[in-house]
Amino acid sequence: MWSWLLHRVTGLGILLFLFIHIVDISLLGFGPQVYNEGILLFDSIIVRILSLALIGSVLLHAFNGVRIMLIDFWSKGTRYQRMMFGIVVTLTIIAFIPLAYYVILPLFTVVAIWFIHSKT
Amino acid sequence: MRISTGLGPRPTNSGFETFSWYFLRISGIVLLVLVIVHLVIMHAANDVSCTTYQFVAFRYANPLWRLFDWLLLTLSLTHGMNGLRIVVDDYVHSVTVRFFVLSALAVLLLIFFMLGTITLITFQPVVGNLGPQCLPR
Repeated sequence: MWSWLLHRVTGLGILLFLFIHIVDISLLGFGPQVYNEGILLFDSIIVRILSLALIGSVLLHAFNGVRIMLIDFWSKGTRYQRMMFGIVVTLTIIAFIPLAYYVILPLFTVVAIWFIHSKT
Repeated sequence: MRISTGLGPRPTNSGFETFSWYFLRISGIVLLVLVIVHLVIMHAANDVSCTTYQFVAFRYANPLWRLFDWLLLTLSLTHGMNGLRIVVDDYVHSVTVRFFVLSALAVLLLIFFMLGTITLITFQPVVGNLGPQCLPR
């Protein structure tokens, strides 16, 4: 039940981002200034935090997709589906931590620069 | 047959729903690889602030990266829109409303597929003006 709901919600969220992403990539046709303005948005603090939600959603949706296929094609899939959901959540967390580290790390630089500037 | 939960038996007829059922799974496996490679390149190996116009210009000098991104575009759009179609089937019960919603989704799919494909094919870096390597801090 939870896995079904999460799969659906994360899928819809990823699709929404995909639409945004196709539009922001299409800015390439307008040259470097316009395109980099778009990238600037993804560099902002709020969008970095939002992209953590995206990364978590993608990982959960991907691993749970494998679980769904195991339920469909593996004869013991249904018997182990609950245990496999535990594995899915564990794998998601394990893969999420290093990716989140790289996404969030530059924020500390931004905050540090802002902090130094506010003191001077 | 209700197949949207993925918990039911495999569909056995030869209609569109069966094709869609297999397509979701096959595209899913391919996307698993493509998306994780994409995530690692764009968020771990490089920071978002360095995925600038210049970065894309160097990357797209190799047509294989365009093909990689086009596969990502095509499979994720069709996989995602197929999922959305199943969600619409689940929640929109009126036949008339469903027809119009699904038609609108088909148009949306076509528009986004064309926008993405045109961007990928027509991209030519502005010679002598690639912009900065990374966004300035």
